Amino acid sequence: MKYKKLADYWALLLLLSGLIFMIAPFIWTISTSLKSQRNIFEIPPKWLPDPLTYSNYVDVWQQVPLLKGFMNSLIIVVVVLTVGLLISAMSAYAFGKFEFPLKGVLFLGLLGTMMIPYSVVMIPQFIGFSWLNWVDTLLPLIIPGLFGNIVVIFFIRQFISSALPNDLIEAAKIDGCSFPRIFWTIAMPVMKPALAAQAALGFMGIWNDFLGPLIYLHTPEKQTIQVLIASMQAMYIGQSNYPIIMAAAIIAMIPVILVFFFCQRYFIESLAISGIKG
Amino acid sequence: MGMKLTGYRRKELAWLYLFVAPPVLGFLIFGLTPMLFSVYISFQRWDMITSPTWVGLDNYVELLKDEKVIKSLYNTVYLMIGIPLGMMLSLLLAILMNRSIRGISFLRTMYYLPVISPIIAVSLLWQWILNQDYGLLNQMLWNWFGIAGPNWLGDAAWVKPSLILIGLWSGIGGNMVLYLAGLQSVSSTYYEAAEIDGANGWQKFSRITLPLLTPIHFFVVVMGVIGAFQSFSQIYVLAVDGGPEYSGATVVYYIFQHAFKYFNMGFASAVAWMLGLLIFFVTLIQFKLANRWVYQD
Repeated sequence: MKYKKLADYWALLLLLSGLIFMIAPFIWTISTSLKSQRNIFEIPPKWLPDPLTYSNYVDVWQQVPLLKGFMNSLIIVVVVLTVGLLISAMSAYAFGKFEFPLKGVLFLGLLGTMMIPYSVVMIPQFIGFSWLNWVDTLLPLIIPGLFGNIVVIFFIRQFISSALPNDLIEAAKIDGCSFPRIFWTIAMPVMKPALAAQAALGFMGIWNDFLGPLIYLHTPEKQTIQVLIASMQAMYIGQSNYPIIMAAAIIAMIPVILVFFFCQRYFIESLAISGIKG
Repeated sequence: MGMKLTGYRRKELAWLYLFVAPPVLGFLIFGLTPMLFSVYISFQRWDMITSPTWVGLDNYVELLKDEKVIKSLYNTVYLMIGIPLGMMLSLLLAILMNRSIRGISFLRTMYYLPVISPIIAVSLLWQWILNQDYGLLNQMLWNWFGIAGPNWLGDAAWVKPSLILIGLWSGIGGNMVLYLAGLQSVSSTYYEAAEIDGANGWQKFSRITLPLLTPIHFFVVVMGVIGAFQSFSQIYVLAVDGGPEYSGATVVYYIFQHAFKYFNMGFASAVAWMLGLLIFFVTLIQFKLANRWVYQD
């Protein structure tokens, strides 16, 4: 028993020293973003900015259309998540709770899409979308997401095949409940925790996505927040204006970190479930 | 009654196909069709302005002779060194975290923070830390150890180690959570039985913990390799134009350059197919080998 306690102290000590390496980069970034440009070349470096200035945040907000970037990212996230999750939930319900001809083939075919790397389809998709004149609009980033996502379908299917008893569906059928109504009033509430977990993960995935938005969005006002801050590198690194770049990096991080803190439970749960089942 | 039931069943079938239709359509429109189209363009020379010309297997012959293809493939595989390193660190972290002491959930959150941070922001942040003259890392190396640090992102020999370091920092939290879930699902009866038999800590770890975690090792390796084959965003920021002597460019970066900078659509598609097949076969081999080492109960 005593040994156990001692091991706990050692573990805590190791974890705390590791923690320094994990959070130092964040603190350094915040510190840099609050310095004026000539103060970042001090040797040895100072952790506490002196003098402290907020002007980098003001400058970057004025010089780069960050608010537009936020809005563009937000539009993609909201539309894809609401429609895409509903569509995924519907097919997960059908695949998880019912038998129908061709079910196995269709599901396996969908699972096969997980094997297609984005780099294989990105070129033909780009050609297709530019043929539709959709380049430099948000449509190529939204439309494919509206058809549901196989990873989400797989996850929710696993979840409801055990969480939703067949008897409940049968009883509702006998009571004369229609198919869509059973889905909406019985299956959906059961799926809620799984949907919340996937929404949290989906938010991160879409918000942090880069390659797709980089290919399609060229005008700064139409770019997502990630593409905008990546382009800042080319604008400011030549003049070594690190404070303004760091301020932009912090601004881009804030929404995800907020969402993470509010939905933390769902993250850890969904990651753990997908990890074990996968 | 029988008639009524088949009537209900017929309606139900219609609903079922309606419910599964969108993802199937999505697969046809955004998966299968582009894939087949991609095969077709890989046999063409096409800049999207003039009309495409059929060149047969030329693109494939050309890519095998292209030094940069070989180099970017080598870089991509080199960066996978980070996978076993990350696994060891995440497992160690998970073991340390797998105890109910005060403040442990705070620690888990902090270690997980880099995982959810946008990769572009993280890359910009590390670019500053790894700056040769004024970056935090070299300053520390000089002040604490008297070592003059290298030009991390500007020296061809150091670009890949830097990328691995950043990958470890931003990735270990994710695998830590997976291992933690794995550790918590190991029944304590195994350990109790081993203790009665007089097993020491190392024996318990190597004979019980590690084998029971093999499904998680497998998952982490498979997903890690697939992810590493497709790494792009951090390269785009940290190794501009592929970095010094193209030492940081990955295959996807190479494809991106050819498709969206030079508009070599045919050639880029051929390289994309090479990568796609490579990912497919490497994953297939991993699944084939799995029953030799992955524990199933």
